[in-house]
Amino acid sequence: MNPQDLRVILATDCGSTTTKAILIQKLGDEYRQTYRGEAPTTVEAPFEDVTRGVLNAIQEVEELSGRTILDGERIITPANGTTGVDIYISTSSAGGGLQMMVTGVVKAMTAESAQRCALGAGAIVMDVLASNDGRPSYEKIERIRHLRPDMILLSGGTDGGTVTHVVEIAEYIAAADPRPRLGIGYQLPIIYAGNKEAQGEVQRILGDKAALSITENIRPVLERENLMPARHKIHDLFLEHVMAQAPGYKKLISWAGAPIIPTPAAVGMIIETVAKREGINVIGVDIGGATTDVFSVFQETFNRTVSANLGMSYSVANVVAEAGLDNIRRWLPFAFDEQSLRNQIKNKMIRPTTIPQTVIDLQVEQAIAREALRLALDQHKQLAVGLKGVQQERSVSDAFAQTASGQSLIDMFALDLIVGSGGILSHAPRRVQSMIVMIDAYLPLGITQLAVDSIFMMPHLGVLSTVNEQAATEVFVKDCLVPLGTCVAPKGMGKAGERCFSYRLLLPGERMVEDRIPVGDLRLLPLEVNQEAGIELTPARGFDFGAGDGKKVTGKVKGGVVGLILDARGRPITIAKDEAARVQQLQTWARGVELYPEEVTNRGIGESGNR
Amino acid sequence: MAHAYTPGLRVAPDAIIRKRRLLPIPGEVLVSEGTQVSATTEVAQTALPGKVYPVNVVNQLSIAPGEILAYMLKHEGEAIAKDEPIAENKPFIKWFKTQVRAPISGTVESISKVTGQVFLREPPEVIRLSAYIDGTIVEVTPQQGVVVESHCAFLQGIFGVGGETAGMITLAVRSPDEVLTAAHVKPEYKDQIVIGGALAQKETFARARELGVRALVVGGVHDRDLKELLGYDLGVAITGTEKIGFTLIITEGFGAIPMAKRTFDLFVAKAGQKAACSGATQIRAGVIRPEVIIPLGREDESTVHSPQSLRVEFAWAIRCASSASPTLAS
Repeated sequence: MNPQDLRVILATDCGSTTTKAILIQKLGDEYRQTYRGEAPTTVEAPFEDVTRGVLNAIQEVEELSGRTILDGERIITPANGTTGVDIYISTSSAGGGLQMMVTGVVKAMTAESAQRCALGAGAIVMDVLASNDGRPSYEKIERIRHLRPDMILLSGGTDGGTVTHVVEIAEYIAAADPRPRLGIGYQLPIIYAGNKEAQGEVQRILGDKAALSITENIRPVLERENLMPARHKIHDLFLEHVMAQAPGYKKLISWAGAPIIPTPAAVGMIIETVAKREGINVIGVDIGGATTDVFSVFQETFNRTVSANLGMSYSVANVVAEAGLDNIRRWLPFAFDEQSLRNQIKNKMIRPTTIPQTVIDLQVEQAIAREALRLALDQHKQLAVGLKGVQQERSVSDAFAQTASGQSLIDMFALDLIVGSGGILSHAPRRVQSMIVMIDAYLPLGITQLAVDSIFMMPHLGVLSTVNEQAATEVFVKDCLVPLGTCVAPKGMGKAGERCFSYRLLLPGERMVEDRIPVGDLRLLPLEVNQEAGIELTPARGFDFGAGDGKKVTGKVKGGVVGLILDARGRPITIAKDEAARVQQLQTWARGVELYPEEVTNRGIGESGNR
Repeated sequence: MAHAYTPGLRVAPDAIIRKRRLLPIPGEVLVSEGTQVSATTEVAQTALPGKVYPVNVVNQLSIAPGEILAYMLKHEGEAIAKDEPIAENKPFIKWFKTQVRAPISGTVESISKVTGQVFLREPPEVIRLSAYIDGTIVEVTPQQGVVVESHCAFLQGIFGVGGETAGMITLAVRSPDEVLTAAHVKPEYKDQIVIGGALAQKETFARARELGVRALVVGGVHDRDLKELLGYDLGVAITGTEKIGFTLIITEGFGAIPMAKRTFDLFVAKAGQKAACSGATQIRAGVIRPEVIIPLGREDESTVHSPQSLRVEFAWAIRCASSASPTLAS
């Protein structure tokens, strides 16, 4: 069937714990997401067949929609009246997703390109090996032996350059004789995407020991990355080797009308598609229980990172270990002693499926979420960079403003939209809480729109974008995103109470609102979904909205379910060290945006969260 | 972060437990189906290939990689002893002779004419797999391992650290809400599995390690003390390989939480009996919780066939760990 003729689309995402099915239908001239069903994933014992969970999730969609989709254990295609669907598509992260090890010659060059390549393909990178990574060679071999990845991406060298180093790494891999994570007796898939002059030697060394695939060099010259051929090869091998050995996947692959792709790769695809269609810079984040994925598109360059041990349940204690307890406590609007806080967080780690039962529990989780998001973005900024090692031509005018190669692409002033996904953001009791958590974590500058994923359908839409881009983007904008509103914040720091900036807001119906905002204030103005207003911002000296110190900027702000947030707390946000002062400061901010119910924000300063 | 959806942990006085014991790589299974085994019986073994050490011979001898074979004293497959010369150059004046010596004992695995590296491999390490629990071999997977079935009392904790161990069940406290202090841990508890009540703190850990206690099982610990015990702040609940001198299992959670009465009572009933336990915990997909397995003796087994005890295998308790009052529900 021609992709443009698709009218009923069924998509599933087979996650580690839940399989989610959605139905997308063409209603009139537009595609809309209509029904959703979910069921536990059945990859593990006692079922050991992923299709059981898929069928259960589809059955829920059938019951809710009244549409007959299944004929026994077969998906009926094409659609005819209220029966069947035109296409079935799926993504998968069951069984821990795609776990890879990558190698390169120089850590900051080919090894970094290999890392970007694997992450963009939706993998979790277990380790990055490079000739100059500082580890003794026997330690590298031991590491390769013990990791048991799903596949290895071997890269290194530019085409025509020296072959010795990349061959040396191939020899390390051969000596380690690594085994795949799944399927005892199978050969480990290895993709060679390095110096093409070394292909013969690599084939000789690894050809008999592994399932070797050779593709184009990911860094043919230092000035250019060529990641797509290797990414496609990763997806092919993911289907052929990794998924084919997971229980039930052969059947699932036969049902699907498009290749099954790893869940994070699909999320990246929809974010990249939308950013390019709208011509905007986007950061997307999916904060899960075990991992946090960050996606960005800046200057049309897509990047993805996964922080494998930053999450809100399984990895919650690791957020504390990495951020430090004081960084968590700084976001708590009440006193809490270290022992009680530590025990509470560890109890969440050992009972990962518990959900907050009190406002205090919620505030602790949201404090941890701020730090997890902040750390994950820091890690993302380190990888989302321009190519390192590139020769730069400099003129005399550059002599006073030389920049090194490999600068981060993440420019918070240029950022247009932040999209949040994951339970802590999508299911917050008040949407303003999601918005403030993201603002506190990311510290957006200038004018930035924020949104959350309503029911986690980005993976489904990502795989749909490979079949029908129009359907995917329409559903993304209309049903997937919940617009929260816009944040306006200048860069700079000042004395509390002094003028930070003035604004003039031209609301629909020619209504004008203007005011001065003092340093330290956080305010919420109503601006509804689908409303747009003109804004003129005049910062005080020492503050910058992107045009320079104290310089006026004008722009447009979009509304949302929360509205317009005017953030004059400064960048970075200064939080009082003294506990009583901190509690008062956080409660004032919370009151300014109606973050919690009134009785919570008016809780006495002396009251503690200890139990 | 409170009390919804607490995991179902098994506390069964009478259960049939099957443990899959698998080698990390293919090897040899030493027992056959139907064999009666004890916890220490070796059921399978394998030879784990030794570590590999690359030696860059060409750099040390200042020669081209293509010439390496002419300079090698040892060739692929030959045995080598530590510090034995494996390659040397041939100068006109002997005084300038350079030798490359083996950093390990083992064999020459491979010699590369492209990079000039020589790979040396240590002798294989033999791994022996024990049965872990007393029972019967009910399944053999050739070259991989076995399944041991045991008729036992089975208790799962919520979190643990440290690996598999065995010993006698010993009660060190009188009630589930009593704190297990260092003073409770006596010298005669060496090599035993010591059951405490609501809490054990760092002083108790130090005493247990000093006396050679095999395992401590308590209701809760403070995270701060766990951090001190491990020497680092635990980030992810994947444990079992820690070397802390004993195995620690907590049954309820972090903080001072009395051990569930049903759990404590079962330990009381089994005091003095031999048990196996493991602190290994994996809170991810395919969850693993720490456990205590107490094989049923003949006296216990004589009661097994009463209808009431047969039911227990399926009706385990779901414990709700609350700091206020632990409750039980069957």
